[in-house]
Amino acid sequence: MDTLALLADGFATSLSPLNLMIVILGVTAGLFIGAMPGLGSVNGVAIVLPLTFIVPPSSAIILLCAIYYGAMYGGAISSILLGIPGASTAVATTFDGRPMAQQGKAGLALIAAAVASFVGGTISVLLFTLFAVPLADLALAFGPAEEFALVLLAFTTFVGLGGDDKLKTIIMICLGLVLSTVGLDLISGQPRLIFGDMPGFYSGISFLVLAIGVYGIGEILYTIETSRTAPQVTPARITLRELGDGIKTMNKMWRTMSLGSFLGFFVGMLPAAGATPAALMAYGIARSTSKEPKSFGKGNIEGVAAPETANNAASTGSLLPMLTLGIPGSPTTALLLGGMVMWGLMPGPMLFIEQQDFVWGLISSLYTANFAAVAINIALIPLFVWALRMPFTVLCALVMVLCIVGGFAPSQKMHDVWLIAGFGVAGYLLRKADYPLAPLVLALVLGPLMEKSFRQTLISEQGDILAFIERPLSGTFIAIAVLFFALPLVKYLRKGGARSIAPAE
Amino acid sequence: MIYKMTRRAALAGVASIAMIAAGATSALAEGWKPMKPVEMVIMAGQGGGADRLARLFQSIIQKENLASMPVLPVNKGGGSGAEALRYLKDSEGDAHKIMATLNSYYTTPLRTDIGVDIEEFTPIARMALDTFVLWVNADSDIQTMEDWVAAVKASGGEWKMGGTGTGQEDSLVTAMLEKEFDIKVTYVPFKGGGDVAKNLVGGHIDSTVNNPSEQMGFWQAGKSRPIAAFTPERLEVFPDVPTARELGHDIVYWMQRSFVAPKDMPAEAVAYYTDMFQKLSETEEWQTYTKDKALMADFLSGDELQAYFIEERDKHAVILADMEGDGSS
Amino acid sequence: MLIADRVIAIAIMALSAYFMWHAAALPIGWNGMTGGPGGGAFPFWLSLLMLSSAGAVLVRSIMQAPSSQHFFDSQMLRSVIAVVVALFVTIALIPVTGAYVALPLFIFWYLRIYGGHGWLLTGILTVATPLFLFFFFEVTLKILLPKGVTEPLFLPLYAMFF
Repeated sequence: MDTLALLADGFATSLSPLNLMIVILGVTAGLFIGAMPGLGSVNGVAIVLPLTFIVPPSSAIILLCAIYYGAMYGGAISSILLGIPGASTAVATTFDGRPMAQQGKAGLALIAAAVASFVGGTISVLLFTLFAVPLADLALAFGPAEEFALVLLAFTTFVGLGGDDKLKTIIMICLGLVLSTVGLDLISGQPRLIFGDMPGFYSGISFLVLAIGVYGIGEILYTIETSRTAPQVTPARITLRELGDGIKTMNKMWRTMSLGSFLGFFVGMLPAAGATPAALMAYGIARSTSKEPKSFGKGNIEGVAAPETANNAASTGSLLPMLTLGIPGSPTTALLLGGMVMWGLMPGPMLFIEQQDFVWGLISSLYTANFAAVAINIALIPLFVWALRMPFTVLCALVMVLCIVGGFAPSQKMHDVWLIAGFGVAGYLLRKADYPLAPLVLALVLGPLMEKSFRQTLISEQGDILAFIERPLSGTFIAIAVLFFALPLVKYLRKGGARSIAPAE
Repeated sequence: MIYKMTRRAALAGVASIAMIAAGATSALAEGWKPMKPVEMVIMAGQGGGADRLARLFQSIIQKENLASMPVLPVNKGGGSGAEALRYLKDSEGDAHKIMATLNSYYTTPLRTDIGVDIEEFTPIARMALDTFVLWVNADSDIQTMEDWVAAVKASGGEWKMGGTGTGQEDSLVTAMLEKEFDIKVTYVPFKGGGDVAKNLVGGHIDSTVNNPSEQMGFWQAGKSRPIAAFTPERLEVFPDVPTARELGHDIVYWMQRSFVAPKDMPAEAVAYYTDMFQKLSETEEWQTYTKDKALMADFLSGDELQAYFIEERDKHAVILADMEGDGSS
Repeated sequence: MLIADRVIAIAIMALSAYFMWHAAALPIGWNGMTGGPGGGAFPFWLSLLMLSSAGAVLVRSIMQAPSSQHFFDSQMLRSVIAVVVALFVTIALIPVTGAYVALPLFIFWYLRIYGGHGWLLTGILTVATPLFLFFFFEVTLKILLPKGVTEPLFLPLYAMFF
């Protein structure tokens, strides 16, 4: 009950006029940063971190949270409008968000994303408020074996995606995993796959480079070629009534959204896992439990709502290990952690005991930021939708410039810009030949975590591969993963399609 | 670039009025100031200990107004810092780039041939030395170094020692321990110190050689226990923890936190940055931070720093040679 | 269609073989001493799986009946190639002339020459894009874009905005 009083205090601070202004400013700035392909919350937080010494710490936290949330919402905007995920957490949002935009339902998709994010944020803040302290121990129980099992589970919710060619899906997953190993091998400390000692590959191939390449440049090239024969993208319109209708539609999705919130919070809470697997799993589960799984990937609004609730819930969840254990789950939370250290706070198990006013101030700021983000986002939807109505050639030119600059900005390397162009052309050709691109991108995101945890476990267990099954948590995850994998396979085999699934060896 | 350099050289003897005309802001008799934002290259990825420290420096510089232009951190952590080293090598004579280093400054060029000779770089300032401590989970029975050695021996090589990537600092300290006590452990590499700390407390590994800053939170909560410090003298924050040297085992290892600049940086620029970091090292924020995190704030610059780097590199060459020798057996 | 499918499958097979060759520089087997697979194992065996899957795609496509459908829309292919070439030229120009020359040039080419838009729209966007980039990326986010030979021109701007 003490908690509630502290939370109320926190709200009193975050709702003062000065802080409200900071929230609005921060959310708006975050929204635009997040909406740029290539930039995400980490850029926003990094920029304002040094500024936070000038304002009092309580306002500084609010500013950081506002930017964090704003950028999370913004990521969905570029996923839906341009089909380019601004951050790995927003990949799943493109699956249905992009088709919706192409059908002229961009406004509805954006509303769905905003409302879903809000629901996810709200439920996760409630969970945080109630269970933050006991849950910290659960995060500790996650060792390498459990991490591996979790990533495997995230993967299997996706294998056999839709009606794609199985062989080509396997090729794309392998390609993504192989590309994810480029750079330095952590375990042996040796460089690998740097292709004749090119320094640009030392740091590996970042998710953003591949995503901007295949989804940004590749998509534009594909649209240019098909623009003569295929129907043009339906211009989107948005009216107030549609806004209202959109929110009403969301009312029917409570099951999907609450599932996404819980899943997002719990997966996001685990250090090293974070929001990306959470969003993917939420999407996968929403699809496999839906009455009409076929409509997913073709513009089903639930396919936008599920990952968006999950990734927002996960961003709250990922604050939990940061605050209670001092372990950042993502580069953004690492920067927030750095900020706290600079204010003289010591994240870790003692924080909740010694610095309660800070903790609950942070939580209430998150909540305020979440509220402001949904309001500002919805208010700006007409602007974003209007931007989509630009003539196609104008939009293409601007998006390509953004792809170039957005590819350069995070790493400040021309090498990455060349890679984007290369992936763009390759992605275009692969897409023409019906190779699915989503598994490629996902494999690149999850690959490093999967390989690292797999090898760490085997090293710790002296090469005993049964360790994955013997440990209760990881064993359970693997069992669920096998179940997920087997279900579509059984369905598929029953249909008599056994011929094309077996690799011809 | 060349154009700028020659212009600056020509200006050196001319009156300060000419410098204002050339576009330098508020050029005073004191001399050189950065004319564009200064790039602070970080030899590690975003979010790690080195990154956080570099960003702390950036914040203090900004807050105390120590530089006339913003200092912008850029992460080039690829290949254990190989990427950053190559980048600095290619920026010869650049007056607007500095690099935050850690021990991979020596180890990376030693382990892989990347065509970089650190003697060519210009030393700026050593800000601090980070310390290493042997840690175990608080639930374990191990109280002393002897207990630890006995436990490792009893495990028959299955003792799980966590640390950062192979070839990085933690693995070197582990190798030194193995050599000193003639023991064998299973070394499990993790992505960063924070990850290592969490796995120790979660019981997934048996011991670590974390920096105090990484374990501090857990230690305060009574979840981990320091066994011995690898410093010449006891650490102020852990007055009861003996040093390895006291126990008769001469293992001392530091992680240096310094700044260097590209080859042939103009002398005025070197003086400017050295002065900037000197002022930084005297700020209250920095003093408090080093005390809280058990860092040794030991400022060093110029030729002394270069001599230190070379000495350290030679030491690391020996440690690495020992370690690789073990690895192949 | 089928020919392109085969060409891509062969390209993937070649790429896999190339990856395998590089991956084999590190141990690819079960690294007995430390436990678990070696550093090259993951990329090597996955590349092998990729190679055999692409081989299966190739075999499948050879066994299929030929179709008359074309892979590329020959008329639009020229547009695609033009855009790709322009993109590569722009990227090559950035380190030399700086982003603030190369990117407006690209916008100008795309809108005026390729897209056939009017002078007014082209002019506005050609000027507005670098301005937006400068204020958004450099001034607000403190992310510097490459300047190339235009670097000295920016020194007074830095003095003004930082």
